[in-house]
Amino acid sequence: MSLSFFNSSHIPSGPLEEKWDKAKFSYKLVNPSNRKKFDILIVGAGLAGASAAASLGEMNYNIKVFVIHDSPRRAHSIAAQGGINSTKNYKNDGDSVKRLFYDTIKGGDFRAREANVYRLAQVSGLIIDHCVAQGIPFARDYGGLLDNRSFGGAQLSRTFYARGQTGQQLLLGAYGALMRQVKRGTVQLFTQHEMLNLIIEKQKAHGAVFRDLITGKLKSFKASAILLATGGYGNAFYLSTNAMNSNVTASWRCHKKGAFFANPSFVQIHPTCIPKSIEGQSKLTLMSESLRNDGRVWTSKIKGDSRPSHQIPESERDYYLERIYPSFGNLVPRDVASRQAKFQVDKGYGVQNKEAVYLDFSDAIKKNGLKNIAEKYGNLFNMYQRITGDDPYKTPMQIYPAVHYTMGGLWVDYNLQSSIQGLFVLGEANFSDHGANRLGASALMQGLADGYFIIPYSLGNFLAQNPDSDFKESLFKQAEEESKENLQNLLSLKGSQTVDQIHKKLGKILWEHVGMIRDKEGLMKAEKKIKTLREEFWKEAFVPGEAFIKNQELEKAGRVADFLELGELMVQDALTREESCGCHFRTEYQTPEKEALRNDKDFSHVSAWEKKSSKENWILHKETLKFENVKLTERNYK
Amino acid sequence: MNFNLKIWRQKSNKVPGSFQSLFVKDISEDMSFLEMLDKINEDLILKKEEPIAFDHDCREGICGTCSLMINGSAHGPQKAITSCQLYMREFQNGSEIYVEPFRAKAFPIIRDLIIDRSAFDRIQQAGGFISVNTGSAPPANTIPVPKEKANQAFSSALCIGCGACVASCKNSSASLFTAARIFHFSKLPQGQAEKTNRVLNMVKQMEKEGFGACSHTGACSVSCPKEISLETISEMHREWRKAFLNKTT
Ligand SMILES: Cc1cc2nc3c(=O)[nH]c(=O)nc-3n(C[C@H](O)[C@H](O)[C@H](O)COP(=O)(O)OP(=O)(O)OC[C@H]3O[C@@H](n4cnc5c(N)ncnc54)[C@H](O)[C@@H]3O)c2cc1C
Ligand code: SF4
Ligand code: FES
Repeated sequence: MSLSFFNSSHIPSGPLEEKWDKAKFSYKLVNPSNRKKFDILIVGAGLAGASAAASLGEMNYNIKVFVIHDSPRRAHSIAAQGGINSTKNYKNDGDSVKRLFYDTIKGGDFRAREANVYRLAQVSGLIIDHCVAQGIPFARDYGGLLDNRSFGGAQLSRTFYARGQTGQQLLLGAYGALMRQVKRGTVQLFTQHEMLNLIIEKQKAHGAVFRDLITGKLKSFKASAILLATGGYGNAFYLSTNAMNSNVTASWRCHKKGAFFANPSFVQIHPTCIPKSIEGQSKLTLMSESLRNDGRVWTSKIKGDSRPSHQIPESERDYYLERIYPSFGNLVPRDVASRQAKFQVDKGYGVQNKEAVYLDFSDAIKKNGLKNIAEKYGNLFNMYQRITGDDPYKTPMQIYPAVHYTMGGLWVDYNLQSSIQGLFVLGEANFSDHGANRLGASALMQGLADGYFIIPYSLGNFLAQNPDSDFKESLFKQAEEESKENLQNLLSLKGSQTVDQIHKKLGKILWEHVGMIRDKEGLMKAEKKIKTLREEFWKEAFVPGEAFIKNQELEKAGRVADFLELGELMVQDALTREESCGCHFRTEYQTPEKEALRNDKDFSHVSAWEKKSSKENWILHKETLKFENVKLTERNYK
Repeated sequence: MNFNLKIWRQKSNKVPGSFQSLFVKDISEDMSFLEMLDKINEDLILKKEEPIAFDHDCREGICGTCSLMINGSAHGPQKAITSCQLYMREFQNGSEIYVEPFRAKAFPIIRDLIIDRSAFDRIQQAGGFISVNTGSAPPANTIPVPKEKANQAFSSALCIGCGACVASCKNSSASLFTAARIFHFSKLPQGQAEKTNRVLNMVKQMEKEGFGACSHTGACSVSCPKEISLETISEMHREWRKAFLNKTT
C-alpha cells in the first residue's frame, strides 16, 4: 500500500474558489504554430470524447478519433434522457456554484474530491452557453428563455433539458462540432475501430493498437498523448440500461498496462427502470429521473397484495418515499430511492408480488392537465407503452431499479491524467467527480466539462513539457503481437456455451452480490464464483468465425473476457470497503434507520487498484480525501 | 409463437448474397424482434454455424443503429418505431417474415444485415453544424428563441440518422435526413449566419454520395421512426433556391 503516489493528485493549493484559476495560470502553453506537431489519439466520441476532439481540433492539434460505432453520433450518450445541470440560477431559487458543489459532494456521500467537484460547478454555466450557441433546442418558456426542471438530490430547479432527448441533442451538438473539424482536416475519423492495447514504456503512453472491426486488421498509431473517453462499464451486469456494445475493454487494457482503476464497485443502480419481464431479455430500459418531478412512488400497504392498482384505495397506498423523507420526498437521490424500492419488495409489498413498485402520475395529470404531462414526458410514456403494453396516462407505471452508471473508473489526477503519463481519461470512463453516488443530470455536465473546458488546458500543459514522442518500432510490434495472440486465443475457443450465456451468468452473480446490497459472506461467494466462471469461459465458450472479417461474436468475446476480470476486482473493492456509502451498502454497516453508515475515519479515501502483472494480485493505493470546505455529516434527506 | 423467417445472408460486399430460410419456435410475444434474432443466433452458434450479423446498440429507439427491412418496410410494418422497438406480438403466429438490410447504392453491405452509412457523416461534415468555437459563446439567455420556433427546431433535430428514409425511397434519396438538419438550424437565430452555404454544401454532398433526387412520393416520412415531416424537404428546396440565386447573382 504505497501512499506516496498520491502526493501527485496535483490539486493546486489555496482557497477552493481559486484553485482552477490558479491551475490554469500555472499551466504551460503550447504555441499555436506548434500544435500541429502533436499527434493526439482520442478513443471514444460520446459527449466527453467528441467535445474534447472538437475543442482540441479548433486549437489545431493533430487528432485521430476512434469509435467502435459506425458513426460518433451513436455513442451511448445519445440515450440520456432527462437533462443537464448548471448553476445558472435562471429560476431565481438561490442556486450558486457553491450550492451545486455542495449538493454534488453530499449526493456522492462525501467520497469525491472537493477541488474537482467545485471546478465542475464553476464551468457548468459555460457549458449551457456553448450548447445554446451550437443550436441545441433546449426547452424554453413562453418568453423564449430557457426552462429548467428539478432532479433528485436537489431542492431547486437547475436542470436544462430537451424534452426526453437531452443526451441526443447535446451529442448531436458535439458531433456537429467534431464533424466541422473533420472537414477542416484537424481531425481524422476512424469509425468501427476498437482499441485493444496500449503501447507504453516506463509508465508513459506512446500509442495504441486498434482492430478495424470491418476488415479485422490490427493497426497501431503513435501518440504524443492519448485521451480515453470510452464510457462506463455497467454492462458487466449483462442487464443494464447501457447500450449493448458499451464495454470496459479500452480502460481495462490500460489498467493491465498499469493505469490504476479507482472505486470499481461504485455502481449506480437507477430506481426507475422498466422491470425485467422475460427470459432472453437483452437490456433494461430507463424511465428518466425527471419523472419523479411529477410521479409519486408507492406500493400497497398490504403484504402480498395481488389487487390491480385501481382497486387499491388511497388509504391503503404507502407513498413510502414521501413518508420516510418528507423534505425531499420522491426526489431523494438515486441510491436511496433504489434501496427503498428493494426494501419494499423484499418485505413483500412489491406490485402483485413482482419485483416492481408504482410510479403514479394521476395526481399530476389532475393538477396540471394531460397536455402538460404529455409535453414534458410524452416520449417516455410512449416508450413505456410500447414495451409493456400498458398506458401510463391511465394506469401507474411499474418500475424497478436497474444498473445504470459507473462512478468508478480509471483513476485520474486533477488534470485528468491517469497514473500512466500521457494517458488522460474523460467522461464516465474516469472515476472523478461523483463519489459513491452520482446525482441525476450530472454525467452529461461532467462529460462536457471534461471535454470542452478542462482537457483543452490541462493537455496543453502536459504537451508543453513533453514535446517529443519517440517512436520505437519494437514496442509497437510487441503490443500488436499481444493483441493478435489474445484474438487467436479467443477464436480457438470451441466449447459448448455462447459468450452471451456466460455473460448472463456473470451478470447474475454481480447483481446478487455486488448490487444494491452487499455483505462479506456474499462477496466472498461471488469471488469464488467469478473465478470459476472465468475458467469456464476459457474452456467452454464457443467463438465462431474468423479474424479478418466482421465478427460480432469475437468482439463480444473480448469484451466479456475483460468483464470477467473486472468483476473480480469489483468484488475485492466492495470487500475491502468496510463501510456503507452512497451506492455501496454493506448490511454490516447501517444506521438503526437502515441508512448507509459511513466510516469517515478509516474510509475517507479513493481506492485505486494497481495490477503489476497478470500473475500478481492487485495492490490497493489509497488517496485520502481531504474535506476543508464542507463538514462531513450523515446524509440526511428527511 | 412460431415463424418462418427468410433472412438475407451475405458474407461481404464482394460476394453475392441470398435468403436463408430459418424456422423458429417458442418465441414469446413479449420478445422484441432483435431478441428473437439473438435467440436464433444462439441456436446457430450452438450448432456451430455462423450467426446472423445485424446492427444494434441502444435497443430503445434513439441511437439509430438498428436498420432492418422487414417484409419490405423499413423498421417493419408499424409506424414511428425503429426495428429494436418492434415486438413479436405485432406478428401473426406462423407467418413468413422477410428480413433484409437497408438497400441503397450509397449504403454498401458490410455483412448480412449490416450496411455502411458513413455517407451520412460526410453530409454532416459539409454543414451540419453551427460554427462556434469552444469558449466564444455569449451567455445562454442573450437571444430569446420563441417557444414555438424552438419546438419546431426540436421536432426535426430528433432525426436519429438511421437511413430508413433512404431505404424506403424508390430513388434512394437522402433528402429527409439532410433536410432535417437544415430545417433544425433554419428555425433558430443561431443558425442564420451560415444558412446559404449550409444548404448548398449539404445538398451537393448528398448528390456526390450517390443518393438520388427527391420526387415527392413521401415514402420517407411514412417510414421515418421519428416522423420527420415532409415540410422539412419543402423548406430545404426553398432555401436551396434562394441560396442558389444569392450565389449566382
Ligand atoms: C439510458 C441512460 C440515460 C441517461 N440519462 C442521463 C441524464 O439524463 N443526464 C445525465 O447527466 N446523464 C445521463 N446518463 C448518463 C450519461 O448519459 C453517460 O454517463 C454519458 O453520456 C457518458 O458519456 P461518455 O462520453 O463518457 O461515454 P459514451 O457516450 O458511452 O461514449 C463512449 C464512446 O467510446 C467508444 N468506445 C467504447 N469502447 C471503445 C473501444 N474499446 N475502442 C474504441 N472506442 C470505444 C464508443 O464508440 C463511444 O464513442 C444516462 C445514461 C443512460 C444509460
Ligand atoms: S429522417 Fe427519419 S428515417 Fe431518415 S435518417 Fe432521420 S430518423 Fe431515420
Ligand atoms: S438499436 Fe438504437 S435505435 Fe434501434
